[in-house]
Amino acid sequence: MINLTTPITLEDIKRLKVGEKVLISGTIYTARDQAHIRLQNEENLKFDLEGAVIFYVGPTPARDNVALGASGPTSSYRMDDLAPNLMKRGLKLMIGKGDRSDKFIQEMINYQSVYLIATGGAGALLSSRIKKSRVIMYEDLGAEAIRELQVEEFPCFVAYDIYGNNIFKDNK
Amino acid sequence: MRNIEPKQITEIIKNSVIKINYNLDNSLVKRLQEAKQNESKSLSKSILDDILKNQEIAKKGNVPLCQDTGVVVVFVEIGQKINILGDLETAINEGVRQGYKEGYLRKSIVDHPFKRTNTQDNTPAIIHQRLVPGNTLKFKIAAKGGGSENMSLVKMLTPAEGKEGVKKLVLDTIFNAGGKPCPPIIVGIGIGGNLEKSALLAKEALLRELDDSSDDSDIKQLEDDLYREINKLGVGPMGIGGDTTCLGVKINYFPMHIASLPVAINIQCHSSRHTEVTI
Ligand code: SF4
Repeated sequence: MINLTTPITLEDIKRLKVGEKVLISGTIYTARDQAHIRLQNEENLKFDLEGAVIFYVGPTPARDNVALGASGPTSSYRMDDLAPNLMKRGLKLMIGKGDRSDKFIQEMINYQSVYLIATGGAGALLSSRIKKSRVIMYEDLGAEAIRELQVEEFPCFVAYDIYGNNIFKDNK
Repeated sequence: MRNIEPKQITEIIKNSVIKINYNLDNSLVKRLQEAKQNESKSLSKSILDDILKNQEIAKKGNVPLCQDTGVVVVFVEIGQKINILGDLETAINEGVRQGYKEGYLRKSIVDHPFKRTNTQDNTPAIIHQRLVPGNTLKFKIAAKGGGSENMSLVKMLTPAEGKEGVKKLVLDTIFNAGGKPCPPIIVGIGIGGNLEKSALLAKEALLRELDDSSDDSDIKQLEDDLYREINKLGVGPMGIGGDTTCLGVKINYFPMHIASLPVAINIQCHSSRHTEVTI
């Protein structure tokens, strides 16, 4: 088990190997389909991509006693062609679910970033690790807005590492 | 005639969508516990454990099971002696609207294939109505997530491809879907009818009780065989490998044209949220 604190450094990336459990603490950002499309040409970015962690999620609305509602990962493959632009600008970790294209994997290795998965459909469990949440961009997108989250020991697994290993390899 | 007020319908839909988004069926929880016991890969076992813990947390009522609280699908069977004192679909959609607001559920519906503006209240529901004899009104209600729906398909096989062709299509579809539909999954299969009928059969198959099996012995055999063979695929929880790929296989069938063998495969993630209400 590896504990990581944001922002993520190249040293952190080198330690991550497929199948390992990772607990992330610090600041992470949410973005999924529509936010990724907008980010491609965004000139007024409200957060630093250098060493950043992006979590592919569209949460449910929060009740008063929690920071955010259910917050499990969405399928990552839809962001495959949109992620390289962000990795180029310093994005280090992506958290989602499911496998991704060979082209994505190649780009990910080139930019020395890592793809993690969290347990899909465990939105209530993952929500309990989110301590604070605020919308920082694209409020009009509702659940798809970009949020800044403060997380404590947010649990993930390494799915692809920079050494070319792939957790889905023998099982697709 | 028996009169039904639209607000009774709205109430049923509202309460049902909230209930299913916070509570998994006992039979499903039991099946997940058995799967965890039998899972040989430790990382996969820990994912099954996460899924079980997740439903414990959701049950308390603060946070739904999954962030994708789905599109609402309703099958309504309307007894011929029922007289609804208003518009049925309006009443159902009002139930969705109220339920998704009061239940703090995500609004996941956009209005147009390309403009994609959120309708803000999770309406419209997808409604299938059927007129049947009798004086009862029966609702089968599901909240269906997008991740598993996206991995579903309809294919027109030739009659000669037969049972083996169906099996191959199902196994290929599930293997190729990998971790995307959040395995362990439940597989709803519709065989026969025509293009749209097979898809409806597959969806209705998913709304069956997890523990039942088909009344037809050939079909039951196919359900059992596929259950075993899918779990041998090694896709595993979240696609990372292991013994647990599916928790159930449900097949519904219907007569078909001499030239056709339509097959629809509707994939349901482990967060299988549905219920039935009859009044
Ligand atoms: S596939 Fe199911 S469990 Fe997974 S994110 Fe979608 S609704 Fe939730």
